[in-house]
Amino acid sequence: MRKKPFDIYMKIFCYISIILVGLLSFSLVCYVLVKGAKNISWQLLSTSPSYLEERIGILPDIVNTIYLVITTLIVVLPLGVGAAIYLNEYATNRKLTSLIDFASETLAGIPSIIYGLAGMLIFCQFLRLKTSLLSGSLTLVMMTLPTVIRTTQESLKTVPNSYREGAFALGAGKWRVVRTVVLPSSIQGILTGCILSIGRILGESAALLFTMGFAHTLNNYFTALGSSGATLTVALYVYAKEQGEFGVAFAIAAILLILTILINLITFFLERHFERRN
Amino acid sequence: MKERAIGIIFTLLGLVSVLFVLLITVYLIVSGVPAIGEIGFINFMFGKVWRSTGSDPQFGILPFILTTIWGTIGSLIIGLPIGFFSAVYLAKMAPKRIRDIFVVIIGVISGVPSVVYGLVGMLVLVPFVRTVFNLPDGASLFASIIVLAVMILPTVIKVSLTSLEAVPKDYEEASLALGATKIETYFRVSVPAARSGILTSVVLGIGRAIGEAMAVMMVAGNVANMPSIFKSVRYLTTAVAIEMSYSSGLQRQALFSIALVLFCFIMIINGILMVLRRENKDA
Repeated sequence: MRKKPFDIYMKIFCYISIILVGLLSFSLVCYVLVKGAKNISWQLLSTSPSYLEERIGILPDIVNTIYLVITTLIVVLPLGVGAAIYLNEYATNRKLTSLIDFASETLAGIPSIIYGLAGMLIFCQFLRLKTSLLSGSLTLVMMTLPTVIRTTQESLKTVPNSYREGAFALGAGKWRVVRTVVLPSSIQGILTGCILSIGRILGESAALLFTMGFAHTLNNYFTALGSSGATLTVALYVYAKEQGEFGVAFAIAAILLILTILINLITFFLERHFERRN
Repeated sequence: MKERAIGIIFTLLGLVSVLFVLLITVYLIVSGVPAIGEIGFINFMFGKVWRSTGSDPQFGILPFILTTIWGTIGSLIIGLPIGFFSAVYLAKMAPKRIRDIFVVIIGVISGVPSVVYGLVGMLVLVPFVRTVFNLPDGASLFASIIVLAVMILPTVIKVSLTSLEAVPKDYEEASLALGATKIETYFRVSVPAARSGILTSVVLGIGRAIGEAMAVMMVAGNVANMPSIFKSVRYLTTAVAIEMSYSSGLQRQALFSIALVLFCFIMIINGILMVLRRENKDA
């Protein structure tokens, strides 16, 4: 049978596209890792920058990033999981649920630079938290909230109704059912939400420029909360764009890339693991 | 009694996202409207010159608006076909193994922080554009279009892939049974059936391109020119980010107005997305 030209063209387009995507991703990852590996040293990772010794260290940025992830998760998890529980277990008012759905879809679509400005106006200026790690994390709470709500809600939906009915039949109250039956079965969604949020926080920069600032000082957690500090991404931007320190920038880029790869592998295997179990 | 209190707490937690949206909207409007009033709506939106710090400051944001529009269209022209055909390949032709590998790869490139794209763009793409096209500086609309195209790829592929894989097998089998070839079936049956999902992926891509700030800031040159393919340009997002840290007075207020315009663009995109999602559910 003679092959139709349509088939051949379409097939060629498909192969070209996927090869392009593969090559592009592969070269991007390799380039950043190779360039970064050359510049990563123990000294870079374990010290603060010092003008006197003309040394750049990214320890404060690493520490700030960790603080930021922790603080944001502490606030966003209860809010997001709570909202998901409300939507899936308590809500009876259709109008209210669609309003909340609308709001979280809107939040998911707002670009990070707008979060940065809004965070600056609301947290730094109106609530007088200044340019600080706390302002930065509250800004990221707004940004990651829809992710946590969505993933938690998805896994709440997979909890069979018979579980709830069984618990009700045994005389448990609503709260007790939620706490002892529903929540433990939806731990997967909460975990996925956590990891996705961590990914988003690690990669965020535009929202942090005006809310968290650029300082490279090493603080303990509680001092850090109230003071300005750069995360790894912001530090990358400053070193590359404003100081021309491309070596340091690539070292940071490589670290961020490795973290991104790890996060993706973890989510992939988590999903697969839970798919098998169900 | 206790049950009721807990119910109320959960309702309040549910309403937090509504509160956030309200806060953001109100703050952007309150801080964005005054400057538009002072400069004049027409002058602001359609003024061709942005000179915020001179002795006779002018605040026209038409260059930023047009740059954002051209940048988005350009990145779609490049990114969309590649993303679309890749998604069809992964959904319909690829062996399971290869599909899984690419799903992880695409997850990774969609998670790569935008500053990393900016860095690579700055050091690889910009010099490349400069030598190939023989320009004084490679930081241009063209360079930013390429970076944006790469950044919207994963979004387009991921969402299209999901909707192509959700097409019922019966459709394809019916088409094959009628004598269509496999490729014909994929493009003339599966793709139309996944239409609204693919459209959603396009709109999501547009949203990502309009909202991207950091990567663009590192490769577009950031001069407030009217857009032209090899000129240094400034997007709506970068216009805000570039001047924010040293702005004051009317200039600062005008930056908030730019953010408000950007917010309106995004809300339109969000509106289209919601309509599309509803259609998805009905179908």
